[in-house]
Amino acid sequence: MKYVDEYRDEAEAQRYLEAIRSTVTRPWTIMEICGGQTHTFIKFGIDELLPDEIELVHGPGCPVCVTPLEMIERALAIARRPDVIFTSFGDMMRVPGSDADLLTIKAQGGDVRMVYSPLDAVRVAQANPDREVVFFAVGFETTAPANAMAVKQAQMLGLDNFSILSSHVLVPPAMEAILGAGDNRVQGFLAAGHVCAVMGYWEYGPIAEKYHTPIVVTGFEPLDLLQGTYMTVKALEEGRYGVENQYTRAVTLEGNAPAQQLLSEVFTTVDRPWRGIGTIPMSGYNLRPQFESFDAVQKFDVEAIAPPENEICIAGEIMRGLKKPNDCAAFGEECTPEHPLGAPMVSTEGACAAYFQYGRVG
Amino acid sequence: MSDDTPLDVDGLGACPIPISDYPNVLLAHGGGGSLSQMLIEGMFAPTFANDWLNPLHDGAVIEIDAGRMAVSTDSFVISPMFFPGGDIGSLAVHGTVNDVAMCGARPMAITVGMVIEEGLPMEDLWRIVSSIKAAADEAGVAVATGDTKVVDRGKGDGIFINTTGFGMVPDGIDIRPERIAVGDQVIVSGTIADHGIAIMSVREGLEFETALESDSASLGGLVEAILAAGGHDVHVLRDPTRGGLASATNEIAKAAGLGIRLRETAIPMQDQVLAACEILGFDPLYVANEGKLIGIVTSEVADEVLATMRSHPHGADATIIGEVVDDHHGRVLLTSRIGGNRVVDMLSGEQLPRIC
Amino acid sequence: MCLGVPGQVTKIWEHDQTGLLMGKVSFSGIGKDVCLSCVPDVEIGDYVVVHVGFAISKVDEDEAKQVFEYLAAMDELAELEIAQPEAP
Repeated sequence: MKYVDEYRDEAEAQRYLEAIRSTVTRPWTIMEICGGQTHTFIKFGIDELLPDEIELVHGPGCPVCVTPLEMIERALAIARRPDVIFTSFGDMMRVPGSDADLLTIKAQGGDVRMVYSPLDAVRVAQANPDREVVFFAVGFETTAPANAMAVKQAQMLGLDNFSILSSHVLVPPAMEAILGAGDNRVQGFLAAGHVCAVMGYWEYGPIAEKYHTPIVVTGFEPLDLLQGTYMTVKALEEGRYGVENQYTRAVTLEGNAPAQQLLSEVFTTVDRPWRGIGTIPMSGYNLRPQFESFDAVQKFDVEAIAPPENEICIAGEIMRGLKKPNDCAAFGEECTPEHPLGAPMVSTEGACAAYFQYGRVG
Repeated sequence: MSDDTPLDVDGLGACPIPISDYPNVLLAHGGGGSLSQMLIEGMFAPTFANDWLNPLHDGAVIEIDAGRMAVSTDSFVISPMFFPGGDIGSLAVHGTVNDVAMCGARPMAITVGMVIEEGLPMEDLWRIVSSIKAAADEAGVAVATGDTKVVDRGKGDGIFINTTGFGMVPDGIDIRPERIAVGDQVIVSGTIADHGIAIMSVREGLEFETALESDSASLGGLVEAILAAGGHDVHVLRDPTRGGLASATNEIAKAAGLGIRLRETAIPMQDQVLAACEILGFDPLYVANEGKLIGIVTSEVADEVLATMRSHPHGADATIIGEVVDDHHGRVLLTSRIGGNRVVDMLSGEQLPRIC
Repeated sequence: MCLGVPGQVTKIWEHDQTGLLMGKVSFSGIGKDVCLSCVPDVEIGDYVVVHVGFAISKVDEDEAKQVFEYLAAMDELAELEIAQPEAP
């Protein structure tokens, strides 16, 4: 595949690893914020090839993992309704609420359908005018434009049977929350490349400045991550902090203007609770008043009581980079992808699930 | 996909049951009465005709040589029933024939048990039955006996098929995971993940345009060739169906108590299959194959077996992808294309497409 | 977040009911319909990054090479610095 295969070249990867080895002189803790990046690090074994001085910690970059339990309960309650076709991305299907997940609801007779794109959910609504179609709109800024477009399209088509359950989360506030915490260990950041493709990276300048932390906008292929790590290590070694862009083939400083326009047209920024972390101010999206007829929270009056989180689970500390999945006593024992105790083990993008799947047991 | 010419379903002619009278399968067609007889004598018996089946007795009596017999059974519930490169009928034949072949046996016959949902279009049933016949002919097996039930509408998802197959294992052949030894070579017969991705391409909600087809095929002939070349040095044969290459190798490693090391760059894949996995977020190692096998053989015979496979239509892309090691016992390790290692674990649950 | 895969635009049209810009994107021969409304200046033959059926950016083909030129450029820079050490 063009623009994929060449970024998995072994010789070039070895060159970057050598460059990193010859640059690093002392320990550094670097966080990558995106689940997809975590996945690449571990799937290609890059984390084990990096010199020992570099400790990789993994941020809360998994929108599935940080969706509050209360929101999941709400989704399940709506999906149980016989008049509803509940549509969702694949990742959300196995996220458990208090006693069930979307797949369980499907098994019990609920009309739960997996879609690849939110625009497919709009098509389902068009094809089923006598049913209510709800789309579980989960995601970071990368997914928000597609979700916004789905709502806009539904409006243009005059659909009255389509709504979204909005569970969007934003990255820069999360980074601030991590860096601003008293026990923060993160010294350098690999910022999420596709979030920045949409939003640009102008928001990160003040964060890098405030916390004296180098931030490098990084892509998702092995060479991207290696170059991003190299640039971060170099900045740390040279005592520089600021924002750099590794993923220049897809990201510009300003980002995607039409996408940002679409977002501000459809969404407004609000405070949002992050599972495992707590409420982060101005870190989520809600639909604007003129689109409230497409808001599933307002359309469906359902009870959504969140069960208490499991006490053993240290998800919060993992997602803030204070601990690693294999530091957790329950990891791989009581807590596995088959019976997860907390958020990061639930989704395949979560740090705990990635560690478990790829055998990073200790 | 099979490298042979496509199964000529249409060559068997129009549906023998008058469609104008019976456009759909009825409950009575499975009831044991005259409608059942019509289906058996009108469609199944003439289509599958052979000496074991023709008496149309409760069961078939088959004479075999003394020795070891391999038996395998499998049930097929795939949806959609018809997909690029095959259908539930051909899959039901190939799947069971292959399981018998993976025991080192030469498949000789299968049984076909069908559970049909009331209302299934008769035309669809005829297509499936024709497909079973064509696949059985290609595999060199006879349909020895069968059974048909019809269940109420809503209780059956179209059609479910169970096939049981059997065949004799030649002397000197001993296929078991426990036989693998350190230094054995792991060979795959061709490109992986073709079937699973072909099915995804027609699954509602995930469709994409592609020329990809399922690789569903009978591997009895390929297995015969492998055993002729490697004989007792062929330690394991396994077809990586559900759970893909990853699950199959894990099962073998675990049963044998040894480690298996794979090389990512050696694993053959079609470009389009790789692209589809990228888009959907699937790991191809866990995607089903229906016309491929893994062979674990001694290093002494590896080259010869590989050459033999490559000269067979179902093994043209055969490649050595790894080896058995005295390390990480019971686990499979993959060396990635950039040189790092990762564990290839058993799949927990079904793989779902992801956005992250 | 965010599985974004690069593919090549092979067709462009306007949605017949909404007028939104749509396209066919090919990923090594796999074809998918993608919403192109956020990359309005895209042309046939361009590569775009696609996430959940939505193009979030174009691939800048010149910048795409930078990953492979970076280390060599860093080496050159290092050599220059050795040749002309900066004052502390």
